[in-house]
Amino acid sequence: MKTSELIALLAAADGAPVRPVSPVPALIAAGVVGAVLALAALALTLGFQPLGAAARASWFWMKALYSLATALAGLLLLGRLARPGVAPRAAAMVIGLAALAAMAMMAAHAAMRAPADAQPALWLGQTSRLCSLRILLLAIPAFAAEITVVRRFAPTRLRQAGAAAGLMAGGLSAVVYGLYCQESAAPFVAVWYSLGMAACAFIGGLTGPRLLRW
Amino acid sequence: MVAAQAGDAGAQTRLLTLLAGYLRGYFARRLAGQGADVEDLVQEALLAIHLKRATFDPRFAFTPWALAIARYKLVDHYRRRGGRRNLPLEDAGELLAVENPEEGAVRRDIGTLLGRLPPRQRALMTDVKLTGHSMEEAAARAGMSVTAAKVAVHRAMRRLMKEVADEDL
Repeated sequence: MKTSELIALLAAADGAPVRPVSPVPALIAAGVVGAVLALAALALTLGFQPLGAAARASWFWMKALYSLATALAGLLLLGRLARPGVAPRAAAMVIGLAALAAMAMMAAHAAMRAPADAQPALWLGQTSRLCSLRILLLAIPAFAAEITVVRRFAPTRLRQAGAAAGLMAGGLSAVVYGLYCQESAAPFVAVWYSLGMAACAFIGGLTGPRLLRW
Repeated sequence: MVAAQAGDAGAQTRLLTLLAGYLRGYFARRLAGQGADVEDLVQEALLAIHLKRATFDPRFAFTPWALAIARYKLVDHYRRRGGRRNLPLEDAGELLAVENPEEGAVRRDIGTLLGRLPPRQRALMTDVKLTGHSMEEAAARAGMSVTAAKVAVHRAMRRLMKEVADEDL
């Protein structure tokens, strides 16, 4: 086929009007779907902690905010990366890094005030061996939903887009997991929550080029 | 591009023709001496630009958008060819002699592609796209309403594009 023929073909047959769409609303919807699925999975397996008491504790909101900020950073990055020729904006990085820095500072503050024999409890808590893994598992539905959305768009940096999808899914998953997890120490959150979300982003980056090709 | 997004066929043709020229230069500079590949890539990029036109946001500049797609297609091309990047020179000369890029020598033959469609869609596509019947004539020949024929042609186009995309995997 000659190129001129292809052009005529494209313009004539498939030239229906299209409206420019932003990926962000669809990504938010996908995130909500994924989070609800994760919520259901959590309810069926581990259950929730007593939420009435938890909602009065500052550590509960600290975890939720930290995770939500990470998800937001992932969303903003992904919203840009889903389209060709749009560089990721610094704002997303700033949100993500600010959340990480605030978390690290709280962790350092708590760790420095505590006596030496209390340190293991602060850093490891009761569930350190499972926390990151569970966050990773709970992120699967949101990750799948986001990838489906991004595929409809035209990402040209597949590795970055995959990592951003992983980060957003990881953040959402950590928000959901916070409804079960009773760990209250900032150092624990700074290490294991961050590790779980980073693992999500890492796996997203690994699988992105394969999952997002078009 | 904005007019093309609105469904203006004339604007689409002008845009794609203009882009074809730019893209040919872009790919030719990066793929010295592989004329047929260049024309393939031009067509692939045009197809991608057309199919993904909804992802262009008119608030941003158009060129980076189109270039990002072209770059993506180029990287994809390198990846697909993998180890064959260092083609011996005499082979390359031979290839060039056989395939004339000006004629749009492309490996995907439209006949083969059409052969994969169901008979009704194939007949419609041949009438409308190749022999140049109007949509009304083609619909009458196929014994369908015009609307049904349009839908069938649209489906056939989508299917062909999917086939082409799958082939590239």
